[in-house]
Amino acid sequence: MKPAPFDYHAARTVEEAVALLAEYADRDGRIIAGGQSFVPMMAFRLARPSHVIDINGIAALGRLAVEGEVLRIGAVVRHAALETLGCAGVLGRLLSQMARLIAHKPIRNRGTFCGSIVNADPAAEWCLAAVTLGAEIVAQSVREIRVLGADGFFTGAMTTTLAPDELVTECRIPLLRDGTRFGFDEVSRRAGDFAMAAALATYRVEDGRIVEPRIGVGGVEPCPKRIAAAEARLAGAAPDHRLFAAAASEAAAAVEPMDDGEASRGYRQRLVRAVVTRALERSLS
Amino acid sequence: MSQKLEVKLTVNGRDYVLSLEPRWTLADVLREHCGLTGTHLGCEHGVCGACTVMIDGQAVRSCLMFAVQAQGKAIVTVEGLAGPGGELHPLQQAFIDHHALQCGFCTPGFLMLAHATLLESPDIDDEALIDILASNLCRCTGYKNILAAVKTAAAVMKARRRQP
Amino acid sequence: MTGASVTAFEKGKTRVFGRSVSRIEDLPLVTGRGRYVADLDFPRQIHMRVVRSEEAHGRIVAIRLDAARAVPGVVAVWTHADIAGLPPIDFRDPAAEALKPYRQPLLAKGVVRYVGEPVAVVLAESPYVAEDAAELVAVEVEALPPLLDAAAPPAAFAPGLSTEALELSQEYGDVAAAFREAHCIVEAELSIGRHSGVPMECRGAIGRYDAAYDVLELWGAAKVPHRNREALARFFGRPSSSVQLHECHVGGGFGIRGELYPEDFLVCAASMRLGCPVKWIEDRREHLIAANHSRQQHHRVRAAVDAEGRILALEDAIFLDQGAYVRTHGARVLDLTLAMLPGPYRVPAFRAVGHFRLTNKTPAATYRAPGRYEGTFVRERLLDAIAARLGLDGVAIRRRNLIASNEMPYARQLTANGHPIILDSGDYAGLLRAALEAFGWEETEARLRERRAAGEFVGAGLSFFLEKSGQGPSDSALVSVDSGGFVEVVTGGASLGQGFETAMAQICAETLGVDYRRVRVVHGQTDRIRFGIGAHASRATVMTGGAVHAAASEVRRKALAQASVLLQAPADELDIVEGRVVRRDAPMGASISLGELSRASGPGRDGAGNGMPGLYSESWFHTEGMAFPYGVHIAVVRVDRATGQVAVERYFVATDVGRAVNPMMVEGQIAGGVVQGLGGALYEEFRYDAAGQPLSATFAAYLMPTMREAPKVEVLIAEDAPSPNNPLGIKGVGEGGCTGAGAAIASAIDAAIGRPGAVTALPATPERVLSLLEAARR
Ligand SMILES: Cc1cc2nc3c(=O)[nH]c(=O)nc-3n(C[C@H](O)[C@H](O)[C@H](O)COP(=O)(O)OP(=O)(O)OC[C@H]3O[C@@H](n4cnc5c(N)ncnc54)[C@H](O)[C@@H]3O)c2cc1C
Ligand code: FES
Ligand code: FES
Repeated sequence: MKPAPFDYHAARTVEEAVALLAEYADRDGRIIAGGQSFVPMMAFRLARPSHVIDINGIAALGRLAVEGEVLRIGAVVRHAALETLGCAGVLGRLLSQMARLIAHKPIRNRGTFCGSIVNADPAAEWCLAAVTLGAEIVAQSVREIRVLGADGFFTGAMTTTLAPDELVTECRIPLLRDGTRFGFDEVSRRAGDFAMAAALATYRVEDGRIVEPRIGVGGVEPCPKRIAAAEARLAGAAPDHRLFAAAASEAAAAVEPMDDGEASRGYRQRLVRAVVTRALERSLS
Repeated sequence: MSQKLEVKLTVNGRDYVLSLEPRWTLADVLREHCGLTGTHLGCEHGVCGACTVMIDGQAVRSCLMFAVQAQGKAIVTVEGLAGPGGELHPLQQAFIDHHALQCGFCTPGFLMLAHATLLESPDIDDEALIDILASNLCRCTGYKNILAAVKTAAAVMKARRRQP
Repeated sequence: MTGASVTAFEKGKTRVFGRSVSRIEDLPLVTGRGRYVADLDFPRQIHMRVVRSEEAHGRIVAIRLDAARAVPGVVAVWTHADIAGLPPIDFRDPAAEALKPYRQPLLAKGVVRYVGEPVAVVLAESPYVAEDAAELVAVEVEALPPLLDAAAPPAAFAPGLSTEALELSQEYGDVAAAFREAHCIVEAELSIGRHSGVPMECRGAIGRYDAAYDVLELWGAAKVPHRNREALARFFGRPSSSVQLHECHVGGGFGIRGELYPEDFLVCAASMRLGCPVKWIEDRREHLIAANHSRQQHHRVRAAVDAEGRILALEDAIFLDQGAYVRTHGARVLDLTLAMLPGPYRVPAFRAVGHFRLTNKTPAATYRAPGRYEGTFVRERLLDAIAARLGLDGVAIRRRNLIASNEMPYARQLTANGHPIILDSGDYAGLLRAALEAFGWEETEARLRERRAAGEFVGAGLSFFLEKSGQGPSDSALVSVDSGGFVEVVTGGASLGQGFETAMAQICAETLGVDYRRVRVVHGQTDRIRFGIGAHASRATVMTGGAVHAAASEVRRKALAQASVLLQAPADELDIVEGRVVRRDAPMGASISLGELSRASGPGRDGAGNGMPGLYSESWFHTEGMAFPYGVHIAVVRVDRATGQVAVERYFVATDVGRAVNPMMVEGQIAGGVVQGLGGALYEEFRYDAAGQPLSATFAAYLMPTMREAPKVEVLIAEDAPSPNNPLGIKGVGEGGCTGAGAAIASAIDAAIGRPGAVTALPATPERVLSLLEAARR
């Protein structure tokens, strides 16, 4: 289980990194960030890049900061940085809670938010967060800089609209207004395993009614997605257990789960009901 | 023939200057080039934690990093845990006292994971500690004694710090 | 010494035997200075990489090697054609003639039969290069339909050969009459999933042929080095004195490590042919598809019972999924399943038929508690079903059927591995009572009833297990005292991490009267002792411990005889304390050290007398009978009603081990065994898709419990029934932690979801449990 040979380039700047990508992308030149997904793939020789471009030495990409109404997460910001509270306020707490369920501490010490987004595992917590919270992904190449909405970025399991010569320099997540309630829940076989189903819920309450509800489900279909029917059920209603159960039923009805041997379609459907219910219940505490 | 790079690694305070293919993982280089075979390989894909080492104070999987990436960083392996005169680290002593190892294959990984954890959070509570130790696999002990050993070591280290 | 029925060390009067002293093997292991086989290198060694079949079943059309051979650094690439003169891998014990055609060739011969089967090997200068070249070996296979279900009708293994390689049966009593006259008949259809030992260290082997002395060495041996030496010698047609096996540190064995696999023969063959040491280190993916699997069985079982729930007869049909070939164990697991099925119960009539069937999966063999984990699940599930049918509780039904202590020794009328099963000693009902009390069964059940009433899905389950250990007939050990008073114990035992060195040192130290830390224990080195049984089936402590005791006793006798001359006192008035011989009546008076006695008795010295000089002895221990440990497992589980996930809240094991050499290590064995057993009960399974592709070939897919999933196992060690079959009274402790786990967890899940008999298949995955739960609520 040894990786195939490659040439190694330690990029010092973003410009250098995108120039290297421009040069090597068509020969399967690839970025390495935390390496926590890429190196296992290389060990199994499922990935065999000819050139590996290391962005860990680019200081500018380590930036994690709130600017205006968004949290900007640079490409080498680790899961662990978000776990310890990436920013003040509701969003920081939400990301911290989610981070704790990603893999294990030593993996969180290396793995990056942006790497997880590019990797696009159907069950990745960050992909779910990005879609549910309406994140933007900044992709840079020697050609241009594109700002992509997370919604539409994921095109299938482990696939995205990112071009091979593009570097994701950062992700931007809109801050959540004070008073926003949220809840997250996932079901995995063991501690630290990828989830078989996960749900993230956020909403605010005005005059006793739910406004701006967002319900996202991950690990169920090839890409995470928001569930409009469940959100519609919540909008304008008073938060209570019965409502949450109804929204969860809507969510379960709205998914077309994968059957990957790990969990059958029918089982995943039932898990969706469970995780959506629990995510909503948690929003109350 | 593929690229070879000159790489300088600092392991347990000692410098190693090596000529390496970039594809060599840190774990393999520690074992094969530095002769530090205390770092074990149980899966080479990031799940078992047997290869855990400490880099700049943090526990990481050395099978998921290339050695070239570890240049300029302070690497500590299980061989660097005991004192200069060979006196055992409280974690090592506690692992012996609590029978926290049987075959010992997982032990270096658990020691380095626990070491980094106690450096970062000396007062960590049980639940958080279990969450962290759940990162590594052991097939022999059933884990109970590993937890007990780490808790004992944490207490010993705390008591030592309190002493003037 | 034969079958002494006295217990050598009086309880409460020992210095180190029976005490929880820390282990002598730990220091190198906590400092990173252990030496596992991957840590060992020889000058000029090359590395082997195995090219494995990617098809579950098919005819090999062509294998193209040119590209691989052209890679710089590649020394050789072999397929079956290159080793055609070497035979398939033989059985360790003479096995049924009928099994011979099913043995595995070192490299696939014309046909591939499972994903992972070795097809070719690449020998190269580095493991990285070997893997690069192995990728370039192109194996063209014409696919054949795979057979994946052992309970399905057999197919053809080869022309004229059925995939049912063997049918084994054992029977006694009038089964037909019992079923005719039964008050009722209780039936169950049960299955156990495919899982295995999966030690943290993958396999590894280094073959090294020393042409100067014509010696073939195999490094990285484990479990049974002496028997493997014989097998290798036979295989290569060499004198066994020219084959030496060397054990390194071993990162767990659990029954699967240390059997001879194709790779062990291949590194030896390559080292002889290529004239340099050949190292092979398995990777984890290989391990999960190539090392022995285990456990997969399907049972159709039924019991005839009377109105009080007494078992009148037991009948079972077993389908064992052996995988693609029959390996070194032959049909051992099936035999053990049959033999141990009735367990601790009085079963007046019995008939079991086992179908030993090949499929297109990784070959299977023994894993910790082989046949017993499976059989205990089946038998205890059946007892629960009988209890449910008759409205009894789980405790009552077991009490009614347990063999009583006054019936011991109890002849079972069955054989295990050809040896009659005679249960040596035990107070089963007494241990059950003690277990329930120590666990707090009544209170716990009351609490759980309250919690269930409040809507929780919680329950407790119980199982009783009977294990087998210490199978004879003989083992030897060599004990010697050097001129400094240090003791060396040479054994033919093996260490897989279970604390073998410490246990032997404790037995030797207690016998001899020295500090156990001054005892060095050698194991797993065939050049140090002529015979050895290794470490398997919980035999080491009993058999090798018996031999160490015998040898140390002889050394003690010699020392006292010598000292009696020097101290001018009769030998029986002398004692050895802390390595010095003293007078019992004047322990602080004149004394002489064992080191001095060793020097005085050296060759040519006066003290040497006419016999053998030196303070040493090679002694044997013989026993006919086995020791049968037993115990109770109790699990408390909580089922998540929305996801079907099972959390183990509490786990308790009571076990009678005869005598515990080191209670701390016994507890460690039990706790580790439980978590492995629990893995098979809830998480671990080698799954395959319909084409026979393995779905559990990574550690992300083969789910072993972490600290989060593992309960803090509580252990009650009982020493009420020392084995009369060895002088120390010991019963093996390696397996009992595992044996009862599947059964206890299943029973607890039933209780939690309020549906007796619900769990019929292991592992009880969340998906399966959720379906059961939903069915129960309907
Ligand atoms: C045992 C284990 C358990 C895990 N469990 C979970 C889990 O429960 N949930 C979860 O979400 N993840 C899990 N992971 C994956 C982990 O979170 C990874 O860190 C993450 O998926 C990828 O981030 P990375 O920085 O390591 O990216 P890398 O592994 O470095 O890269 C992944 C891919 O993205 C590309 N890439 C990375 N960064 C960029 C960039 N800035 N621009 C362009 N391309 C880029 C790479 O070329 C590569 O193709 C687990 C990993 C392991 C080993
Ligand atoms: S060897 Fe690195 S995690 Fe298993
Ligand atoms: S002690 Fe053997 S794997 Fe942990």
